[in-house]
Amino acid sequence: MGLNGKHQTVIEARGVKVGFGEKLVLDGVDLDVYRGEILGFVGGSGAGKSVLMRTIIGLIPKRAGTIRVFGQDMDAASDRERQAVERRWGVLFQQGALFSSLTVRENVQFPLREYLKLSQALMDELALAKLEMVGLDASVLDKYPSELSGGMTKRVALARALALDPDIVFLDEPTSGLDPIGAGEFDSLIATLQRTLGLTVFMVTHDLDSLHTVCDRIAVLADGRIIAAGDMDAMLASEHPWLKAYFHGKRSRASHPGLAAALPSA
Amino acid sequence: MAHALLIDKIDGDRLALAATGAWTSQNAGALERQIETAAQQYDAVRQVAIDMGAVERLDTFGAWLLKKLVSSFSSRGCETEVRGLKQDYRALFDELQQVKLEEPARRQGNPIVDGLVVVGKSVASAGDGLVAILNMLGALAVAFARVIANPRRFRLTAMVHQLDNVGWRAVPIILLITFLIGSIIAQQGLFHFGKFGADIYVVDMVGILVLREIGVLIVCIMVAGRSGSAYTAELGSMKMREEIDALRTMGFDPIEVLCLPRVLALIIGVPILTFLGSMAALYGGGLVCWLYGGIDPDVYLQRLKEAIDIRTFEVGMIKAPFMALIVGVVACVEGMKVKGSAESLGRQTTASVVESIFLVIVLDGLFAIFFASIGM
Repeated sequence: MGLNGKHQTVIEARGVKVGFGEKLVLDGVDLDVYRGEILGFVGGSGAGKSVLMRTIIGLIPKRAGTIRVFGQDMDAASDRERQAVERRWGVLFQQGALFSSLTVRENVQFPLREYLKLSQALMDELALAKLEMVGLDASVLDKYPSELSGGMTKRVALARALALDPDIVFLDEPTSGLDPIGAGEFDSLIATLQRTLGLTVFMVTHDLDSLHTVCDRIAVLADGRIIAAGDMDAMLASEHPWLKAYFHGKRSRASHPGLAAALPSA
Repeated sequence: MAHALLIDKIDGDRLALAATGAWTSQNAGALERQIETAAQQYDAVRQVAIDMGAVERLDTFGAWLLKKLVSSFSSRGCETEVRGLKQDYRALFDELQQVKLEEPARRQGNPIVDGLVVVGKSVASAGDGLVAILNMLGALAVAFARVIANPRRFRLTAMVHQLDNVGWRAVPIILLITFLIGSIIAQQGLFHFGKFGADIYVVDMVGILVLREIGVLIVCIMVAGRSGSAYTAELGSMKMREEIDALRTMGFDPIEVLCLPRVLALIIGVPILTFLGSMAALYGGGLVCWLYGGIDPDVYLQRLKEAIDIRTFEVGMIKAPFMALIVGVVACVEGMKVKGSAESLGRQTTASVVESIFLVIVLDGLFAIFFASIGM
């Protein structure tokens, strides 16, 4: 694992290029994610945020560049090494991606059952504990994913992503589809888990509240590259037109009038 | 057990437990057993002190097992104390303390009553299925009447597209299968009829069987498996992705837009396929009669002319559109029944094929009675 100053790098992407047909979506992305931080990853719709996330977790092949996770070059990794890395991350997909033929309980237990040898009683307790940690209760245990609301699906999917207590969680627009209260609870849950478990969070999001309240650092993707990475103050101070439009737009001011008013440029 | 994660030291009725190593998911299985052993072994102690200071890592698995350890002693009235837990881990431990382990009580039923409930529900659902089919038939008739009254509403392009899928593209496989069936009937007939010198009557059998029954049945079973299942899957996935709701909110009738062109395509396509299939079966039968039974093609055709008349052909062809209607209606009904999950899509597609083949055969039986009573 590389050390960058005082930070320990857990994900290191260098010169990543990804394209579909003629079109190059990511054109040389360099990105570091440090241990224990919550990285908010923003960019316009269709800019390739989800593409980068899916490339890091190995769902989309890249044309060039290297990706290291926990210092392991994912291209050079054997199946065994790859599986060892995969066990240490959890992914929350945008639509939840719950297994529709399994109940909520079985969905959360699925990784436990596959990777750990635990008694059924302990797995039942842990599944319930994970569900309560994401703000659900025992009444959802025996429901099927098709019977859940959008917000509940997200929470169950988060519980499943956290089932093995991963070191990194990838969250693809986690708060979209949650009401503001639920989104706020979700943010504080992420913050709690990050603090207690030293969790590293890679969060693709459009939720300005999440960016303001829980993200330690923000990386911005535009034109196939990372145009800026830094904390909120750096984002607000940036003169890049897209960043100005994003962080000083109407919605930003509406949700954080205090912050915007403090900046005369806004 | 690879290594001890919990070191115990007993002093009178005081138990001191020292936790070591990584209390994480990897060790959760071993840890669970060690905790159970400790709880059973020291069931007489009065005071328990758990020292967590030497734990390298703690995740939710470890924290949960610690909670279990604590509660297994404290529920017996022991004084239990957790020491040396790091501040970060304390937050996680406290978070887990709030988890309530109350599962909703599962209903305990009488097995006989439960069995009767299953039987009753399936009878009721069979009735519901029939009602749903009649419902769809009515809705299709209404949509058809609307289209007749205002022909510009009819989706000709959609119907031609479906006709291409269910008719034209099905021709090769239908020809092949009916050809083989015709050949097999002729071969079996020659083999058995030959024993008492009645070879020539094989031609009668092939002609009547193929034109009246086998041609249309084989075609309908093939169409149910090939196109009925496709209809159900298409409509079902549209239902899943709320496309059908979207159509409805825009003021379109999904029955008219989606089901009518599909069912009409079947009603047009199946008789054509039946005709082609019957011809292929007669050809196959003739070929086998010639090569295997030594009946010359001239003789075969001559005999065929005597054995069958136009009515034999009509009986088969009259049935075809009705069977097509049944296959189409069942496919649409099952497609519309699909709910959110992939599993439900699979279940309804299976149901569509099984139900439509069953109904096609039932309908064939009803037609047989009908034609017999009118002397056809």
